[in-house]
Amino acid sequence: MIKPVDILMVGVGGQGTVLASKVLAQAACGAGYDIKVSEIHGMAQRGGSVVTQVRLGEKVYSPLIAEGGADIVLAFEKLEGLRFLRFLRPGGTMIVNDQEIPPVPVLAGAAEYPAGIVDYIRRAVPSAVVVDALGLALECGSARAANVVLLGVLARRLPIAREIWEEALAGRVPARFLEANRAAFRAGYGYNG
Amino acid sequence: MKELLSGNEAIARGAYESGVTVAAAYPGTPSTEILENLARYPGVYAEWAPNEKVAVEVGIGASLAGARTLVAMKHVGVNVAADPLLTFAYTGVNGGFVLVSADDPGIHSSQNEQDNRRYAYFAKIPLLEPGDSQEAKEMVGLALDISEKFDIPVMLRTTTRVSHSQGLVEIGEPKPRSLKPYARDARKYLMVPAYARLRRVALEERLARLKEYSENSPLNFIEWRGRAVGVITSGVSYQYVREVLPGASVLKLGMTNPLPENLIKKFAGEVEKLIVVEELEPYLEEQVRAMGFKVSGKDIVPYTGELDPGVLTRVFTEAGILEPSAAPAAALPEGPAAPGRPPVMCPGCPHRGLFYALRGLKLTVTGDIGCYTLGGLPPLEALDCCICMGASIGAAHGAGKADPALAGRTVAVIGDSTFLHSGLTGLLNVVYNRGSSTVIILDNGTTAMTGHQDHPGTGRTLMGEPAPAVDLEALVRALGVRRVRVVDPLNLAETRAAVEEEVAAGEPSVIISRRPCVLLKKETRPAAVVLAEKCRGCKVCLRLGCPAISMKDGRAAVDPIACTGCELCVQVCREGALLKGVEACD
Ligand code: SF4
Ligand code: SF4
Repeated sequence: MIKPVDILMVGVGGQGTVLASKVLAQAACGAGYDIKVSEIHGMAQRGGSVVTQVRLGEKVYSPLIAEGGADIVLAFEKLEGLRFLRFLRPGGTMIVNDQEIPPVPVLAGAAEYPAGIVDYIRRAVPSAVVVDALGLALECGSARAANVVLLGVLARRLPIAREIWEEALAGRVPARFLEANRAAFRAGYGYNG
Repeated sequence: MKELLSGNEAIARGAYESGVTVAAAYPGTPSTEILENLARYPGVYAEWAPNEKVAVEVGIGASLAGARTLVAMKHVGVNVAADPLLTFAYTGVNGGFVLVSADDPGIHSSQNEQDNRRYAYFAKIPLLEPGDSQEAKEMVGLALDISEKFDIPVMLRTTTRVSHSQGLVEIGEPKPRSLKPYARDARKYLMVPAYARLRRVALEERLARLKEYSENSPLNFIEWRGRAVGVITSGVSYQYVREVLPGASVLKLGMTNPLPENLIKKFAGEVEKLIVVEELEPYLEEQVRAMGFKVSGKDIVPYTGELDPGVLTRVFTEAGILEPSAAPAAALPEGPAAPGRPPVMCPGCPHRGLFYALRGLKLTVTGDIGCYTLGGLPPLEALDCCICMGASIGAAHGAGKADPALAGRTVAVIGDSTFLHSGLTGLLNVVYNRGSSTVIILDNGTTAMTGHQDHPGTGRTLMGEPAPAVDLEALVRALGVRRVRVVDPLNLAETRAAVEEEVAAGEPSVIISRRPCVLLKKETRPAAVVLAEKCRGCKVCLRLGCPAISMKDGRAAVDPIACTGCELCVQVCREGALLKGVEACD
C-alpha cells in the first residue's frame, strides 16, 4: 500500500485556509483518494493560528500528522511557517507565502516579529518555495485570491490531474469570483520560485 | 454515494437516516455543528435549549412520547445534564434516545479535559465510541436500536478529532419516521422510591443483557496480526494505532460500556504483550486489569492531552515496543523563536470597552465562559477567575460573604447566553441571601464564542422562526434586583461611572452592558485616524489589545481595513492623536 501524502496547511484566521482545504479535499475525492481533513475551530477563529491537516492516499487512518512527518507544509503566513516547520519530514516540500501578519503580542509591543524568517527557512529547507501570493493575486485582480494562488502552488506538487483541480475550484468558488480565482490558481500552478 | 463529512455532520446525517425526529442541545465546541446540521433535514425538529440539563429533559419527554431523539453537548455540558441523565437510566426510554458527548482532549476550546466515558459507566448506560465520520454515522443508528431494544438511553462519545475531522461517508436512505405509541406506565416512568427501587433492579438486569450484547456485537472486533503485541483501543486512538503499530493485533472496541469481558479474555490470552491505548483516563485499562490481566497503558501512554501518531511513536520507542527509527530526523538549524499568536477579541468587540473600564477601576472580577474570557489575557488582564458556565455570580457572592471588604470591590461578568444558561439561579441567590454583588451581563445578543447561535434572548429559534425575546431588565427585576441599568460598553466614561456607582451601592445590582457582537452587525463606522504629529508614542492605546492598532516607528498606527470605528482608542488617547473617522474628513 502506498503511504498517504500528508499536508499541513497553516495560517491565520481569515486567510482563506478553509476554502483552500475544501477545494483540496474535493479534488482528492475526485481523483479517487481516501482522505481525512482535520481542522481546529473555536478559539482559533479569534485571530489565532489556524492549522489544517490533510491526508490523502489509498486508505487513511489517522486524521493527524506526526511532527516531522508532513510531506508538505503550506504556510499562508511566514511566522506560521516558522512555527510549524518542525512538522516537515526531512526531504519534504516547504511552501511559504512571503506575507507578514503580526500577532497581537507584536502589535502590543510585547514581542518582536522575527526578522529574516524567509532566509532561515531557506537555510533549513534549501528547496523551499517562497511565494508572494498577495502580489500574484493582485495581478489576477483580487487580493482575496491569495489563498487560491497558494493552492495552485500546492496543486502542481500533488498527484492529482489539473482538470480535476479546476473542476473542484469551480465547484467551491461562487460564480462571480470564479474568473479571478481561476487566474490566481493558474498563476500559482505555473509559479517557479 | 460517498460524501466528505465531519464527524458532527455525519452524526446529524446518521440521526436523519435512522429516523430521529426531535433533537435538542446547547452549543459548545466541539459539538455545536451536530444540531446546526440536523435542523436542516426535513422532518426533524431541533432546538437550542437554554442549557444541557433542559436539553436532556426535552429529549426525555420526546422519547416518552415515542420519538427517536438525539441530544448533543460538549463534555462539560454533561456535568450540567447529569441529574436527569442518571435517573433516565432507571426509567428507560420509549423512542430511542442517544446523548452525544463531545469531549475535548487537549483542551482546544474548553476549561478542562474530563473523560466522559466515566459518566456512561457511572450512569450505567451503554457507551459507543466512533473513531471516524463513517463510524459516527453508523453508530447513531446502532445507538438508537440499542436504546429501544434494551430500554435505556445510550451515550455516543466523540472527541474533537472525531467531531472536527472530515472523512468519506457512505450516504444512505432515510428510514421512515414514526412515533412509537405511548402508554402510561407509572411504575416505569414515575421515579418515587417504591418504583425507583424496582427500576434500580431492572437496570442491573438490562446491564447484564447489554453485556451479552457487547460480547457478540460487531462493534467490538479483533484484527489478528502479529501476536507479540496486542492493543486494546477505542475511538480515534484506533486510527493512530493502525498507523504506528501496523504489525500488532488490535481489539477495537466500539462499545465501551459494558465491556465484552469474554472477548477481552480471548484476546488477552493470545498475545504476548497487552497494551491499552486510550486518550485521557485509564478507563479501559482499569477494567481490563480488574479482569486479572497484566496490562500496560498509562505507564507508557500519557494521561493528558491528545494522542497522535507522533506521540505514540515516541512513547512506544521509549518503551522498547518500536525499534528506534534508523534515520532520526535531522535537527533544524538554530533559528528565531516564533512569538505566540493567541486568540484575541475582534477589533470593535464591545467586551473590550467594558474590560478596559474594569481594569481601570482595579476591581476583583469573577469571570465566566464565552468570548469575554479572552478579557483575562494580556493586555487587558481584567479577570480574576473563570470556572464554568454561570459560576461568576456565585463566586462574587461567596467572596463578598467571606470578606466584606471584597464585597464593595467585586463584580461578576457573564454573557447573555451564559446568564440564561445558568446565571439566573446564582443571581436569585444573591438577592435571597442578602448579598450585594454587582453582576454585569455582557449582552451582545448572541452565543458568540461557538459561532453565533441563537438563544432565548435573540428572538429567533434554531429552526429559523421568530420567537419572543426575553426582556433581561424585567427578568432581573423579577428576581428581586432593584438596581438595574443599561450601559453602552463603547462609551467608556458612562460605563466606568455606572460600575463605580453600582459597586458602591451596597445592594444587589445588575448592569446590562449592551452592544451587539461586532461580527453579528456588519455595519461599521469609518476607521479611526492617527494624527501623527500629536502622537507621543505613549502606548496607552495598546492597552486596549485591539488587533487594529499597532506601533510603527514610535507612533500609533491604525489598520483601516481591520478597524471597525468603535472609537474606544479615540477615548483612551489623552493627546487627541486618535480621531474619529468622520472628524478626519472635515
Ligand atoms: S465574536 Fe463578537 S463577542 Fe466574540 S470577540 Fe468577536 S466581537 Fe467580541
Ligand atoms: S476605533 Fe480604535 S479601538 Fe476601535 S477598532 Fe478601530 S483601532 Fe480598534
